[in-house]
Amino acid sequence: MADEKKKKTIKTLKIDVDKCNGCRACEVICSAFHAEPKYSSNNPARSRIRVVRDPLRDVYVPVYAGEYAAAECAGRDKYTIDGKEYDECTFCRASCPSRDEFKEPDSGLPLKCDMCEGEDEPLCVQWCITDALTCEVREEEVAEDETEEQEELEIGLEVLADKYGMEKILDAVARMSNSNSS
Amino acid sequence: MRYAETGFNLEIDLTRGNIERVETDPKETELYLGGLGTNAKLLWDRVPPEVEPFSPENLLIFGAGLLCGTPAIGCNRTIVSTISPQTRLMAFSMMGGFWAPELKHAGYDKVVLRGKSPDLVYIHIHDDKVEIRDASHLHGKGAVETQELIRRELKDPKLQVSAIGLAGENRVFYASIEQGRSSASRLGIGAVMGDKGVKAIAVRGTKDVNVARPAEFFELCQEVLKYIQHREKNPIPGVMPILAGLGSPQEMKVHDEKWHTENFMWGNSRERKKGFWNDEIAESWTAAMESMRTRLISCYNCPLKCGATISPPGQPTYMMKCFSKLTYTMAAHSDLDFGLRIAQKATEYGVDGFSTPQVMAFALELYEDGILTNEDMPGLPSDNEERFHWLLDRIVRREGIGDVLANGTYWAAKEIGKGAEAFAHNNIKKHEQLPLKLSMLNPIYFLMYSTGEKINITQIEGQFPQAPFPKREQREEFVKDWIQVPDEKFKQYFLDWELRGENSIPYYPTPEMTCDIVDWQERMHYIDDALGMCAGLSSFPLKPPYHIHNYPKFISAGAGFDMDEDRLTQAAKRYRNLVRAINIRRGMRRKDEAPPANHWKKRFPELEKELLDTYYEYKGWNNDGIPTAATLKEQGLGYVAEDFLKRGILTGGDDEASSETAPAEQETA
Ligand code: SF4
Ligand code: SF4
Repeated sequence: MADEKKKKTIKTLKIDVDKCNGCRACEVICSAFHAEPKYSSNNPARSRIRVVRDPLRDVYVPVYAGEYAAAECAGRDKYTIDGKEYDECTFCRASCPSRDEFKEPDSGLPLKCDMCEGEDEPLCVQWCITDALTCEVREEEVAEDETEEQEELEIGLEVLADKYGMEKILDAVARMSNSNSS
Repeated sequence: MRYAETGFNLEIDLTRGNIERVETDPKETELYLGGLGTNAKLLWDRVPPEVEPFSPENLLIFGAGLLCGTPAIGCNRTIVSTISPQTRLMAFSMMGGFWAPELKHAGYDKVVLRGKSPDLVYIHIHDDKVEIRDASHLHGKGAVETQELIRRELKDPKLQVSAIGLAGENRVFYASIEQGRSSASRLGIGAVMGDKGVKAIAVRGTKDVNVARPAEFFELCQEVLKYIQHREKNPIPGVMPILAGLGSPQEMKVHDEKWHTENFMWGNSRERKKGFWNDEIAESWTAAMESMRTRLISCYNCPLKCGATISPPGQPTYMMKCFSKLTYTMAAHSDLDFGLRIAQKATEYGVDGFSTPQVMAFALELYEDGILTNEDMPGLPSDNEERFHWLLDRIVRREGIGDVLANGTYWAAKEIGKGAEAFAHNNIKKHEQLPLKLSMLNPIYFLMYSTGEKINITQIEGQFPQAPFPKREQREEFVKDWIQVPDEKFKQYFLDWELRGENSIPYYPTPEMTCDIVDWQERMHYIDDALGMCAGLSSFPLKPPYHIHNYPKFISAGAGFDMDEDRLTQAAKRYRNLVRAINIRRGMRRKDEAPPANHWKKRFPELEKELLDTYYEYKGWNNDGIPTAATLKEQGLGYVAEDFLKRGILTGGDDEASSETAPAEQETA
């Protein structure tokens, strides 16, 4: 069982910030694609890609919405690349309480890029004809899903155990399974 | 539900500090579309001809086009309309960039300013929250600087800000409104903004803009995107590079300036420099551009890169587009390094890149000629380039001679007298034109120059090639995929157009053909200006992605009302006539419809008369250029006809002879 391999499609979005012209077409079409019904409305504030854009400082960074973060992080990063300083949070994909990126404007619910499920290529890539955004698709052989999941779980537990000690984790698991069954 | 438009205008009375959100009538949208069309309706209804440009009763309207805020590619224009202090006629100037879609997302189609604020203020719009804020700390700040300061003050880097600089504050007749990489520059609308005491309007919107038939609308957008890619790969052969592709002229990208520098006039639109462009100049200008240009940039939702960020060493960064690259350089007989540097200052001051250099060159010509003296210009530097900086500093502050020059060449010449009028030689309807002086009268351009009410040739021309192609095979090739023509006859007009012989200018195209061609070109521009479409993707370049055949589909799938080519043509005619009606009511007549006398060396008075006669008739205007009562009624403009009759502009007789009223020549304070 353990050697059985499975094919998996991996899509990599490639972002070439030097080619970005700041047009925000990616934001436009992302929000339209995810509207209900599809394309019925447009609103970049709902987009799952945001272009961090500051023309006078020549900053153009398209960022995709990633995971939801319940709390903002304590440490922030400030990058300097080619002499240009980038603000804190510029490269971060999190939908996080510290900012209004990647949240539905009315409900505040987090948004996450889903690679435009059902489309050959994400819509932002299709509409970015200057090729700042491109998409590379490759097939990778991966171990059977279950093994992978098992591995992930174990890594997670290890991290937790490192942090809190195995005993506390076991206690917590016991408590959780009790409250679930009651 | 309203589609494409939001259905609301923001009405701001600056005198009282009153802000109202006013629902608009969807019927007006069907009749006048939006943008320019509905702007014109507001001006007709609410600004009678007695209202002075600098009166609290003058309106300053920022109108987003009907399709702005939808995914229609390149649809991002704000149409700013008011009464111009320079021409004293209706001014409408378009700006690209990011402001109009943001306004739509905030929930408004227009911002309508009236009254005057006693103190300098700026307006902050964030969805439903609208406030008038103190701007005393922004007095004298640059137009670009102001945008940045407001974003910082409100801690909102996503604000889109339209702002004026010192020139607008001081009511310079050719002050611009600057916004990101774009500006609304022509006809002094920045001066009206300054007069109203408004330094800036900052907008942020997070609401939806809806379209009526989503799948269909999306499909239309996809087709446009594909066509743009096709045109990018297939530039039109046989025309110069800046006419071969799409977008505004690609001045930021293209280094080869042989055509502009050798065909356009230098100085005060005087001197043509044949053979100017050589390897050495090409090299040094390319180096200047490349050392300062950091990136080519676009407007909202558009893949073309018509603008650029320019960082002149030792000066702040600014954004530039189009021909302003060369206007200062050529007016001053200088080089590109000088042009890019002074343009930075001019952009911060907020002045029109076409009029400003010409006014300065005009002043220096008057000085060389002794009409202006050292007494008029105390402290004028001896260095030529420094003189331009010196003049610019004085114009935007209205200091000394700058106060006179700040009114543009027409009014300045009048005030200076002593024969200065002969030096203000490049105006139409009191407004400075492109520095072009040509040899043989061109009937198409003659009509466009004469009757255009945008008063700027680049905003009227476009769909029909500027000149015949030398060989018939080339023409045949060109018409093969010319899908944009409204009628097959245009292909024939072009096929038969020769460089020399019987079928050449000025007698070919014939007056009848010329009318068709001019009307088509003008119509497309007027449609763009109502929809908010960039002319660079539609009415300006050859073979654009938007045209009379797909526009009706965009409107009906987007805005949700029935539209076809005839109805769209009718609508465009309606508000085109309304623009004219506003100007007629302000005294514009046939006598004002003339290109500069020296625009062509070879003139043909009889032919020109015939052209104008034929075109007026074609348009349904009387012999004085006034729309007849029949024309007006046919277009649902009966209320205009009534007003004309009441004012004696039309007499109701058969020939509808007009009487001269309301001279447009009044001096302004
Ligand atoms: S569509 Fe492409 S070029 Fe335009 S803003 Fe997005 S990433 Fe940049
Ligand atoms: S074609 Fe050029 S000017 Fe027009 S919208 Fe696109 S980038 Fe802006």
